[in-house]
Amino acid sequence: MKFIRVSEADFSVEAELAALADRRAGAQVCFVGRVRDSSPDADLQSLTLEHYPGMTEAEIGRIAEMAAARWPLTGMRVIHRVGRLLPEEQIVLVAVASAHRKAAFEAAHFIMDYLKTEAPFWKAEQRADRREWVEAKQTDESARDSWAGSIGQD
Amino acid sequence: MKIRYFAWLRDHTGCAEEELDLPKELESVGDLARYLAGRSDGHAKAFADLKKVRVAIDQQFAAPDAPIKGASEIAFFPPVTGG
Repeated sequence: MKFIRVSEADFSVEAELAALADRRAGAQVCFVGRVRDSSPDADLQSLTLEHYPGMTEAEIGRIAEMAAARWPLTGMRVIHRVGRLLPEEQIVLVAVASAHRKAAFEAAHFIMDYLKTEAPFWKAEQRADRREWVEAKQTDESARDSWAGSIGQD
Repeated sequence: MKIRYFAWLRDHTGCAEEELDLPKELESVGDLARYLAGRSDGHAKAFADLKKVRVAIDQQFAAPDAPIKGASEIAFFPPVTGG
């Protein structure tokens, strides 16, 4: 029911959504994150994603289980790429399926908010003249914490 | 015990992991971080601001006051930035 992959390989959104097809599932929601150049100079050359092998998969698995406990999902797929990526390339996919759209929208949102703050990935940006580690954002932690009030069923 | 470093902590320490025999008086993650900071100038830089350092004991997130006894692998890293 849940599929998790952390690797350098790219993914096909179409293939991932097809893999979630299920006669009970009237709704699929898919989020894709891509490499973005946030600097005014637009001089991002590449983004390198590092992770903690083993812990990463375990944390994503834990997040997926929290989502499955909270919404009636028929399936979910989480793919996160690592290694060196170029601007506009796909980084992450979260795709979920459920009978109805509300659960699918919410579960995808929840999984992304947790993935951003609890899965051990780190991004380094290579620019024309320097390499810089991306800093974590407080707003990401606030987004995750906004779910906390109703996670009591764990 | 195996100590691992990720992202900019590794840049500063100059190594991704090291196997260390730790003094028995080290009890918590915080004790360990302060001990490691004394290993080299690079280590000191990595642990200069402990508010920016996160830790996992045997691949599970842990608090600064968590006990390290019995652990086989402790990892130090910055707040995560995936997604």
